[in-house]
Amino acid sequence: MKTLILVIIITFLLLPICAFGGVSAIDTPNDDGESITIIWNPDSIPSNNLKLTRVKIERRTSSESGWEEIGVAPFSQRTFIDDAADDGIDYVYRLLFTGENGKALIYRTEAVHSSAQIFNTKRINVLIGIIICIFVLLYYIYRSQKGRQFYVRPIPGLQAVEEAVGRATELGKPVLYSAGRGNMQRVATIASMTVLSSVAEKTAEYNIPLIFPNNDAVVTAVAQEVVYDAYAKTGHPDRYKEDDIFYLTDSQFGYAAAVDGIMLRRKPATNLFMGTFEAESLILAETGNSIGAIQIAGTDSTIQLSFFIVACDYVLIGEEYFAASGYLSQDPMILGSLKGQDMLKVVVGVLILLGALAVTFGFTGFLDIFSIG
Amino acid sequence: MDIGITIAAILTLAIYSFLYKDNPFYKTAEHILLGVSVGYFVVITITNTLIPKLFIPIFIEGKLIYIIPGVLGLMMFLRFHRRSAQFSRIPLSIIIGVGAGAAIPAYMQAQLLAQIKATMLPLTNLSNIIIIAAVLTVLVFFYFSREHKGVMGFGAKAGIYFLMLFFGSTFGYTVMARVSLLIGRMQFLLHNWLGLIN
Repeated sequence: MKTLILVIIITFLLLPICAFGGVSAIDTPNDDGESITIIWNPDSIPSNNLKLTRVKIERRTSSESGWEEIGVAPFSQRTFIDDAADDGIDYVYRLLFTGENGKALIYRTEAVHSSAQIFNTKRINVLIGIIICIFVLLYYIYRSQKGRQFYVRPIPGLQAVEEAVGRATELGKPVLYSAGRGNMQRVATIASMTVLSSVAEKTAEYNIPLIFPNNDAVVTAVAQEVVYDAYAKTGHPDRYKEDDIFYLTDSQFGYAAAVDGIMLRRKPATNLFMGTFEAESLILAETGNSIGAIQIAGTDSTIQLSFFIVACDYVLIGEEYFAASGYLSQDPMILGSLKGQDMLKVVVGVLILLGALAVTFGFTGFLDIFSIG
Repeated sequence: MDIGITIAAILTLAIYSFLYKDNPFYKTAEHILLGVSVGYFVVITITNTLIPKLFIPIFIEGKLIYIIPGVLGLMMFLRFHRRSAQFSRIPLSIIIGVGAGAAIPAYMQAQLLAQIKATMLPLTNLSNIIIIAAVLTVLVFFYFSREHKGVMGFGAKAGIYFLMLFFGSTFGYTVMARVSLLIGRMQFLLHNWLGLIN
């Protein structure tokens, strides 16, 4: 009889643990794995006037017996994300709902495991945007390669590059080129390599030294390849000096101090600052100004542009800098992509106008197209 | 007096001596800064990258797939061997390709879609109208495949004025931040080092 009573008591105590209604755990959607979302619906949990205030979340793997606490959340939060899960391992979650009087309800979820998703379906608009951009660019590149001539308006800063290199030749002084502090993953650094190639072709032809101090070892390696190729292309590979394309340090101000020193000691006639720049921009440009070098800067770092404008002779502002490669090389492919970018700017302008009008007249749903999940 | 503070103060003055002209004190400080920073970043690379992201996965966790990036990294050193130098271009091309590829969706999100959405403002007040006008005219300024004449010329000119307003304000704002850095350095010299001010 005692055993029967004990069994009934234990069964009564464990009953809530077996409950699943209103609580679930799912693999967090649209992520790169290692995350499970636990969901509870306050309306589906019979609180019996317990006035539930918080939830303690515990977990264990299917094979373990002990529970591990992973967090506490307010009852009203409805979800909790366990971002410390290992992919492919089945986890069971236990939720202890606690009321103001200290009494608790215990719920348990089905076993679930996390995994990474290949596509983030909330970012379909990004994919569509990329496809449209690629299509437009490829179309204009195709037209350009078929012989269509695209006009590029004069960009004073780029017209001055030839003049600046010529000045260095007349003075018999080197050209100093800096790609700033960007690593090779940055678009501005990739664009800088294209400009560097055009500049290197000119320095090779005029036989003047091209100094390229750098603060990223990978960029240095790429720059050495680019400059050597440019020298070889002009038929003067013998004029290439690998020691002039060199790595200094990763430190921002260490780099600035060293480039300043190089400017003062080697006195370049021309300084070209093309790439991503940060707080060192004014230090470099002011020093270059003090030695009387002609200076041309181009960057997508909007805040640093103002410093370059006050201290440099010519500045390529943002997009002008990205147009530089097409302008300097007159490569049909780059000119075609430049035309394609212009068409995309028209599309962007029209979309902005349409969006502004839509929002003005209360059609806010139009904005959702541009929301990123 | 703390020897560390004294060394830092002397190096600070040595760097400031550049304001007069290039001199041996500046050169010394410059070379110390370069040497120390390179040494520091070598250690950081070993402890934060090579050990946790290459050696531990391969030798302790047995994740042999990590040998591939390890080999690609080693291939960079082929640059020093004239005959094999061409193979160092393989990891470089992977870095550039992956970098550009990864940058495209990030730019599409942050620089295009998010910016377009943020500019779609109701035309109900002057501030919003100015913002939209500024964005559109700046877009006209950055239109390269047509000469800036007539309406285009007017739009581009308005665009460059908006840009200059932006540059002027960022210049003033950043200079203020730089002045506060100078004040911090002066406090270090006069308070921490010399103890002349409280």
